[in-house]
Amino acid sequence: MPSDRFVQIALPQTGQAPLDRARARVLILGALSLVALGLFLTLGVPGGAWGFALPFRAGKLVALVLVAYAIATSTQLFHAATRNQILTPAIMGFDALYLMLQAGSVFFFGAMATQDLDPILKFSLEVIVMMVFSTGLFLWLFSAQARDLHLLVLVGIIFGTLFRSLSSFISRMIDPNDFVVVQGATFAQFNTVNIDLLWISLALCAFTLPALWALRHQFDVLALGRDMAINLGLPYRRVMMITFATVGLLVSVSTALVGPVTFFGLLVTHLAYRLLPGARFGPTWIAASLVAVISLVGGQAVFEHVLDFKGTLSVVIDLLGGLVFLTLLLKGAQR
Amino acid sequence: MGLALTSILVMALLSLTIGVADMSFGAVLQGQVDDALILLASRVPRTMALILTGASMAIAGLIFQMLTRNKFVEPATAGTAESAGLGLLVAVFFLPTVPMLAKMLLASGFAIAGTVLFLRLLDRLPRHQPLLVPLVGLMLGGVIGAVATFFAYQTDLLQYLGIWTTGEFSGVLRGRYELLWITGGLALIGYLYADRFSIIGMGSDVAITLGLNHRGVMWLGLLVVSVITAVVVVTVGSIPFLGLIVPNIVSRMVGDNLRAAVPWAASLGAGLLLFCDILGRVLRAPYEVPIGTILGVLGSAVFLMLLLGRHSHAVR
Repeated sequence: MPSDRFVQIALPQTGQAPLDRARARVLILGALSLVALGLFLTLGVPGGAWGFALPFRAGKLVALVLVAYAIATSTQLFHAATRNQILTPAIMGFDALYLMLQAGSVFFFGAMATQDLDPILKFSLEVIVMMVFSTGLFLWLFSAQARDLHLLVLVGIIFGTLFRSLSSFISRMIDPNDFVVVQGATFAQFNTVNIDLLWISLALCAFTLPALWALRHQFDVLALGRDMAINLGLPYRRVMMITFATVGLLVSVSTALVGPVTFFGLLVTHLAYRLLPGARFGPTWIAASLVAVISLVGGQAVFEHVLDFKGTLSVVIDLLGGLVFLTLLLKGAQR
Repeated sequence: MGLALTSILVMALLSLTIGVADMSFGAVLQGQVDDALILLASRVPRTMALILTGASMAIAGLIFQMLTRNKFVEPATAGTAESAGLGLLVAVFFLPTVPMLAKMLLASGFAIAGTVLFLRLLDRLPRHQPLLVPLVGLMLGGVIGAVATFFAYQTDLLQYLGIWTTGEFSGVLRGRYELLWITGGLALIGYLYADRFSIIGMGSDVAITLGLNHRGVMWLGLLVVSVITAVVVVTVGSIPFLGLIVPNIVSRMVGDNLRAAVPWAASLGAGLLLFCDILGRVLRAPYEVPIGTILGVLGSAVFLMLLLGRHSHAVR
């Protein structure tokens, strides 16, 4: 079974020692993320500007934390449901699908109609469409028959290209005056966060957090594979649908806030898998989210205020992520 | 073949007549200077550029697939196009004053280096996993592209990045496309050596047994593919998927004997590119949809069909 090579089944932890080590590592990650948050708020603020800088940065900070949570969570959910650790929703171009939907709505309804729409109502509609789309597409691709993993990854990447090309095609078909409304970035911008949608995004994430936490053991069972999961009494199809719909929701949130980030999810989940080898969904999920917060918030603080590389953090992430992806492929092939 | 050539001729004529500026053949024949100028300075170069690019990119894809013995490889899925783009950026930044030909040579050097790197990576992959090859190539291209983006961002060259990431023919004018004739020459070399590339496609053991200079022909193929890609990237920008879908269609029609396949690939490639460009010009007239975008949609859809309808002989 070639597709089993990449699957790391979450084994129950035996003994107290690994559990303690895992707990210690999660605590360290928590402490590090607090440091990152502190750095982001305070680094390089000129003497008298605290009254302006703190609230301004706090808004951006909330957005970045939400993005970190959304990307880490959606990627790990996707890994559990599809039983591979290489493909991620972003590599499959789901952020591009979201941008395509935005361009499509301007194309079909016109810029005036879409601009007059309440941004929160518009965003909610887009999220719903995304959830329907992602559930349909993922169920079609992943639950038909066990397919070759390389085929799936390749199909995923090409779907990404298709969505990206379609979204740029649609934006070209729009009247150039309307084009400004949709002009989506080709890579993420962490220093110009879309603040309008902050509160609704916060609400959506706050809604998914306890729901997913309650379901965390079911994701462990899901990662055992379809047959095993059904044998163990898991309502397989329902859990799959919930998973994919949540992935669609979280991808919409992160893309709406900062734009597409292709490899970030892959990077942070793999760091978490390394830090907590063999851990269950719950602890790994916390670790992945914390790693995401540390690297996104800390990275942005350092890039913006220390290195003065404004706006290139996402490019660096893509570079590192691409290298990790290549290594994963080559390592998987050699085993 | 006759039908293919006729349809190319018809599309080439169409391509000559479509455009924002008013121009008619009748007026040119009557000696209208303006109309003749539009025809000779804009329409003819554009049409020639389309034919040259389409034919040579298709041949490059065909040869590349023989060299790697994999039907999903082409310059845009192997890091070659991205390497050429990076080379162009480096040339624009460090040597802004040198002529276009020198920039193209530097881009070719980068493209060759990127392709060699890709082939080195391929040696480390198991033979029985054909789909791993384009995956590795796509990711290699992604990494090189990210390096280029970072470089462009730091040096304020993002505009140049846009030029090579989306192929477009609207900027083609007399005096700005002539480098593309180099690809015509290289495509001809590809045709002359077609038999040898076919033998390479049978694997190094067979090739060496048959007395072929395996290393030499590999290098020749690599040079042809890389330089064609670099010239295209420098003059009109990256043309994605053309080198992938055309050879796959040709392989279904006439098999893998390159002597027969090269002319077919050349004409189909030219025809496809002409078709996409005409489409891009009429869909949203008077504006244009870049050909890279149209090919991106069309090519990825065809690629997905090739991958998901896998009873084909695309995967050997």
